[in-house]
Amino acid sequence: MNFDFSDDQKQLRDQARKFLTEKCSPKAVRIVLDGKAPYDKELWKGLAEMGFLGVAIPEEFGGAGAGHLELCVIAEEMGRANAPVPFSSTVYLAAEALMIAGSDAQKKKWLPAIASGETIGTLALFEGKGNPSPKNVKLTAANGVLNGVKKPVADGAIADFTVVAARTGSSGREGDISLFLVDLKAGGVEVKSLTNLDPTRGQAEITFKDCKAELLGAAGEGWSILTQVLDRAAVLCAFEQVGGSDRALEMGRDYALDRIAFGRQIGSFQAVKHMLADMYVSATLARSNSYYGAWALSTNAGELPEAAAAARISATQAFQHCAKNNIQVHGGMGFTWEFDCHMYYRRANAMALGLGSLTYWEDQLIDHMRKKNAA
Amino acid sequence: MNFDDTPQEAAFRETARKWVEANAPKELHAELSKSSLGRIRLANHDIVDVGKAWQKKKFEGNWACLHWPKEYGGRDATPIEKVIWQQEEGVYGKLTQPFQIGEGMCGPTVMAWGSEDAKRLHLPKLAAGEEIWCQLFSEPSAGSDVAGLRTRAEKKGENWVVNGQKIWTSGAHYSDFGLLIARTDPNVPKHKGLTMFFLDMRSPGVEVRPIKQANGMQEFNEVYFTDVVIPDSQRLGAVGEGWSVSLTTLMNERMSIGSRLATGVPELFDFCANLMLEDGLAIDDPAVRSKLASWAVKSSGLKYTSYRAISALSKGERPGPENSIGKLVSGMMLQDIATYAMDLQGAAGALTGTDEETVQGQFQQMLLSSPSMRIAGGTDEILRNIIAERVLGLPGDIRVDKDVPYNKIPTKGR
Repeated sequence: MNFDFSDDQKQLRDQARKFLTEKCSPKAVRIVLDGKAPYDKELWKGLAEMGFLGVAIPEEFGGAGAGHLELCVIAEEMGRANAPVPFSSTVYLAAEALMIAGSDAQKKKWLPAIASGETIGTLALFEGKGNPSPKNVKLTAANGVLNGVKKPVADGAIADFTVVAARTGSSGREGDISLFLVDLKAGGVEVKSLTNLDPTRGQAEITFKDCKAELLGAAGEGWSILTQVLDRAAVLCAFEQVGGSDRALEMGRDYALDRIAFGRQIGSFQAVKHMLADMYVSATLARSNSYYGAWALSTNAGELPEAAAAARISATQAFQHCAKNNIQVHGGMGFTWEFDCHMYYRRANAMALGLGSLTYWEDQLIDHMRKKNAA
Repeated sequence: MNFDDTPQEAAFRETARKWVEANAPKELHAELSKSSLGRIRLANHDIVDVGKAWQKKKFEGNWACLHWPKEYGGRDATPIEKVIWQQEEGVYGKLTQPFQIGEGMCGPTVMAWGSEDAKRLHLPKLAAGEEIWCQLFSEPSAGSDVAGLRTRAEKKGENWVVNGQKIWTSGAHYSDFGLLIARTDPNVPKHKGLTMFFLDMRSPGVEVRPIKQANGMQEFNEVYFTDVVIPDSQRLGAVGEGWSVSLTTLMNERMSIGSRLATGVPELFDFCANLMLEDGLAIDDPAVRSKLASWAVKSSGLKYTSYRAISALSKGERPGPENSIGKLVSGMMLQDIATYAMDLQGAAGALTGTDEETVQGQFQQMLLSSPSMRIAGGTDEILRNIIAERVLGLPGDIRVDKDVPYNKIPTKGR
């Protein structure tokens, strides 16, 4: 059994950590947090130069052609650094959708531009409240023209193109949904920035008014493609959440060692020790579930939907748990804008919703476990 | 990343599988598969008898205590080979329950600290199932704080004379030998006045009394010592070195990698998939699904955590500290899951018979037994301390009794 990343992959993780420690300090994150820039352009450029944006994109489309395990280790570091760049929307959602369903021409047009950092992409799925579901898609597509409103769209205000889930039928089934590609610079859209929990990753509302779009994948296949994209993104986001959990745990541990109260290190009080031990437990369970997700993703295993849901739930819970208790360990200082704790708290809670909330993934997990048990 | 054996591991697995296939008591397979929570129920057999027979067969086939050196009855197997053996032994491994403390704790302690004579005399017999060993550490006033123990051993000529009481001793009633830690010097701080011995459990003055537990069962014992004589040749380690010796034992207790701990998740899933509530199957209820999913990911998290440890062993590396979470997570889960399943059963959930409504009372049994899972082998609180101190590097507790002579420490409680 070799249920671990290879030495090369671990080396890549170290390389990513070193790069991000240098280029993505909390100070750099704060420029975006404080609204002084929509995202960290320099960092984005650097990530492209390091080959991180296209690590899982095949070489013929301008990527490094490495694979998803390599992308997982980079994702972990992006989460640990709380990187203020549109990595998840561009790389996990837009690029993966293109790799699953794109025509040769579509891949040639967009994937090399993603790998080189010239283009930011995203997925426009949600329309207000609610979880991913075909019936929640109201935006219509007729003869390649879209009309409707998507909200929230991750990184929508800085994206160059987006994948859009649109209604092309009214049978009440999954086959009513098709995916489209829209060049956001070509007109027919109105984009409005929205304030959100985590200002280091923007959210937007996009209104499509007689907007020209081209099909991505076959008509009526949209929902099936979309669930594949969401499963892949769930695993990759889980690695970001695992990285964030570990960082929040470390911050809490370091503070508990440093801070003196009642004449001793607060980390010597069992109430604090046990809180940190429980954070370690959550983070460890999340990491192990995510490794299984990584295996399923990298081998395109039939277990992917179940593994992705388990990784998603476990990592979401762990990051929320670690981020919240990190503030608690810090006491009052943890509740200041000045300390970095809230950046992880914000990111943890925003990420818990971005691909659909826990309720959605719990449903997915139980459905897949039932199918497996029945088989 | 893959779940495959290396060619060597595959060959070893094949050999083990064939041997189990040819030698295991297949007539017990169904009953053993149903036994959960570490409790073996065999209708027509005594677990000690069938356990001894299986252990003897394994010993003759060279599969008993396989990670031990050959000269002491093992086969010099690597840690990953031991894991593979456990996987292949499967449910029959439950038969070796009476030997687990000997194999996992007492044997390794004798191996590390015993004289060559003691090792050659006892270890092969332990491996062969001819000797069952128990561990005599906990006392009424020394549980988590085991170094606070009171049982006295006093030197009289070439012998030691022991007086005192131990508690929570699994298998003392059928054990041949016991590993005993006792206080030999009450005038020095508590960790420094301890010494380790082993003794024949049939020595005059040893009295074993079963404990009736909170769940109504009797699995543990109290052991009383009245002027019990132990020859000095049965001392393990130097006089006053008992605490260091005990750490060997306890470290081995926590090193059991690859052994799957019961979580209750498969039982709960099965129960919810078949339980009809007013509005349909329980598993279609959003609240039930949410609970199930949260527990399922903890259970899968534990499974893949152990896979990570096995992978480290396979590469010849030491597994990381992540394995220390196993008992902490599974113990709490069992209790919570039992409570929840009973809640779904409504008023009938209070029945503990073999009623149809409660699926033969399996969750009721789980509820009543689960508190012990959170206490035995390190309480949840001690395990959290261990994670906090050894994994996260947080300071140890302030110990007010650390430098005080043992006989000056105030004591109360049981």
